[in-house]
Amino acid sequence: MNVAHFEYVQRLGDNALILGQRLSEWCGHSPFLEEDIAMANTALDLIGRARMLYAHAAALEGQGRDEDALAYGRDERQFGNFLICELPNGDYACTLIRQYLVDVYHHALYSTLCGSSDAGLAAIAGKAVKECAYHLRRSGDWVVRLGDGTAESHARCQAALDEVWAYTAEMFNGDAIDDAMAAAGIGVAPGSLAAAWRDEVEAQLALATLSVPRDDWSASGGRQGLHTEHMGRLLAELQFVQRAYPGQKW
Amino acid sequence: MSSKHLPLWEVFIRSRRGLDHKHIGSLHAADAAQAMQSARDTYTRRQEGVSIWVVRSSDIHASQFEDDSAFFDPAADKVYRHPTFYDVPEELKL
Repeated sequence: MNVAHFEYVQRLGDNALILGQRLSEWCGHSPFLEEDIAMANTALDLIGRARMLYAHAAALEGQGRDEDALAYGRDERQFGNFLICELPNGDYACTLIRQYLVDVYHHALYSTLCGSSDAGLAAIAGKAVKECAYHLRRSGDWVVRLGDGTAESHARCQAALDEVWAYTAEMFNGDAIDDAMAAAGIGVAPGSLAAAWRDEVEAQLALATLSVPRDDWSASGGRQGLHTEHMGRLLAELQFVQRAYPGQKW
Repeated sequence: MSSKHLPLWEVFIRSRRGLDHKHIGSLHAADAAQAMQSARDTYTRRQEGVSIWVVRSSDIHASQFEDDSAFFDPAADKVYRHPTFYDVPEELKL
């Protein structure tokens, strides 16, 4: 087994699962009914993507683990998702700003992964990129509506942007696993996505009359399993049933 | 949260190519673009459609219940308006 290959795919799954879990917290609590359904749809897209990636990673590993073992059977330090995915939702502006910043990244990432030399990963990417295109349309739309909306919605968006901006740099700072996978034609060097991401985000923020925050500090550690204080609580909720009743089935 | 509702929109979905758009429900949205996205998320999440129309409900003019007797009852006794009084030649395939 190629450990880097397994880890790379598993991390992609971690980003999808953790962000999907966060978004699902809005189910039943969104500002209005139509938005509630749309947000839950996005959460389900991400969790569905996590299932495919975990199943693929488990097959690469070949140790008899399955998607559930990877989702429910690992501890905080074994998850390699970006910190931005695990941050609390905050208000609706904060959720949508975070979503937009990640959607731009994911859309570019999965577009490129469609050409992966790992045929299984390329097939998953082919499905994911269509979902990403829609997620991006929705979140990009909301960023402009709220950013260029009322004084209050603008202020909330700017505050959210200032809050999560420092967590975006991590998406582009790859490690040895990313480098090895990019060199093998399986994965993408995250740094190669940075310039286009920045251009696209800055253009959209200008439309939304929002200011790009200063890059004076940034947080990282997700890839290495060094998470924020919010991750443990998220996993406790996500994994509770399987931890309390291991192997339990519906 | 605002207690004021966004404008109401009617949603029409075409379930398959070759079929007509059918009214499927309504939703609230700020404008057509948002109505289209909400319609996609609310009404096509189980592969119900291949095409969506959204129309502002206020742009629909509906017949009124009190007009029913004048509008619809007179057609009730005019069976000759149905194309059932012709002899169709054997050779004609319908």
